[in-house]
Amino acid sequence: MKRETLQVAALENGTVIDHIPSSKLFDVVNLLHLENVRSEVTVGFNLKSKTMGRKSIIKIANKFFTDDELNQLAVITPNVTLCIIRDYEIVEKKTVVLSDELHGIIKCGNPKCITNNEPMRTLFHVINKEAGICCCHYCNQQQKLEGVKLV
Amino acid sequence: MNRKTSSLVTIAEHSREKIEYLLQMATEFERHPNRKLLESKVVATLFFEPSTRTRLSFETAANRLGARVIGFADPKVTSGTKGETLKDTIMMVSNYADIIVMRHYLEGAARYASEVAPIPIVNAGDGANQHPSQTMLDLYSIYKTQGTLDNLNIYMVGDLKYGRTVHSLLMAMRHFNPTFHFIAPDELAMPQYYKDYCKEHNIKYVETKDFDADVISGADILYMTRVQRERFTDLMEYERVKDSYLLKKDMLAKAKDNMKILHPLPRVNEIEYCIDDTKYAYYFQQAGNGLFARQALICDALGYTLEEIKNDTTIID
Repeated sequence: MKRETLQVAALENGTVIDHIPSSKLFDVVNLLHLENVRSEVTVGFNLKSKTMGRKSIIKIANKFFTDDELNQLAVITPNVTLCIIRDYEIVEKKTVVLSDELHGIIKCGNPKCITNNEPMRTLFHVINKEAGICCCHYCNQQQKLEGVKLV
Repeated sequence: MNRKTSSLVTIAEHSREKIEYLLQMATEFERHPNRKLLESKVVATLFFEPSTRTRLSFETAANRLGARVIGFADPKVTSGTKGETLKDTIMMVSNYADIIVMRHYLEGAARYASEVAPIPIVNAGDGANQHPSQTMLDLYSIYKTQGTLDNLNIYMVGDLKYGRTVHSLLMAMRHFNPTFHFIAPDELAMPQYYKDYCKEHNIKYVETKDFDADVISGADILYMTRVQRERFTDLMEYERVKDSYLLKKDMLAKAKDNMKILHPLPRVNEIEYCIDDTKYAYYFQQAGNGLFARQALICDALGYTLEEIKNDTTIID
């Protein structure tokens, strides 16, 4: 793709999160706490995409996340593409991996769960990665990752 | 002496060996329930939700072992009503007591308390989640009346959807090759999750809506449950199903000699009162077994071993 046809400006150094379903864009922003990032963040919302129809993209300058931070995205956007950019070149491409345990990422759907009534961190055990089913460590209720609320 | 203490949140995770170990301990306590074993200990019973029979049973267990008991039976008197967190209450009480027996209306409260408390927690029920001391006394009652836990036909009747006692018992029995019969109306049928659990663990089960003498004839244990009004959001549904599974005396005509009727109590109208005088009725003795089961659970949580209980020199005749 030629430079002039890029929909979002190129990045010198940093991280690109591509192929975000547009409905999940702001969840990604919240999950990675991008509101606290001091460097330039470019957000492309509802961009044209050959594979997805519409997609969103986030470019974060001079910021490199840990795998644990990025893998949190698997909870809400398992199919995003991650590019690590150095000197305008993609030096690494990554996909996100769903962890076996989810610490402090999602809320329990059970209103009578202790985690919804006490100032504490949630913990879920992923019991079926393919079906996206996890189980609350505290109240033992199972829930699907699809449609979960973030903390 | 530094003992290895441990909290009890659920017995669903206990091994067969651990369950048998606790049953042996309960047997020892039934032989000699009165001791001075816990004379130096303080047991706190924190009941954030009223439950008179469970609390009395735990407090009697502690008292008969010589422990002193502190705590509350009514959550209205606690600082929880002033906005104190569970963690703060637990940390405060941990300064005073050696062990906490806790009942809470929120699910997962016992697991959380066990993670933050420096002393062992014994779960006396957390919402609709777990009630391990009830499961332990059920197992002990089955073991006592049948002489074994292996290869039994266990018939569960009534509210199998909301009844946590049947769910916990089902999971704890997985080591013992049971055959379950789930007898309930559609509205209160055993949830799919537990039927999947049975399949995963190769537990045989039969589901039926019929409840008569022929069905009961195959049972070693008939586990009756109450259809609880408070579990229903739709009270019309409650009215429709509440009398569906009433056990009448004539339905016991073909029962096996060894068959025993269990019920977690309180009973409302699930078992005809005239059945109380038959050899099949075991629900009051079952509740009584709760004392020995809870003595075992308290001592195990405090790190006392079966050997110590057997060789205990503090027995009071």
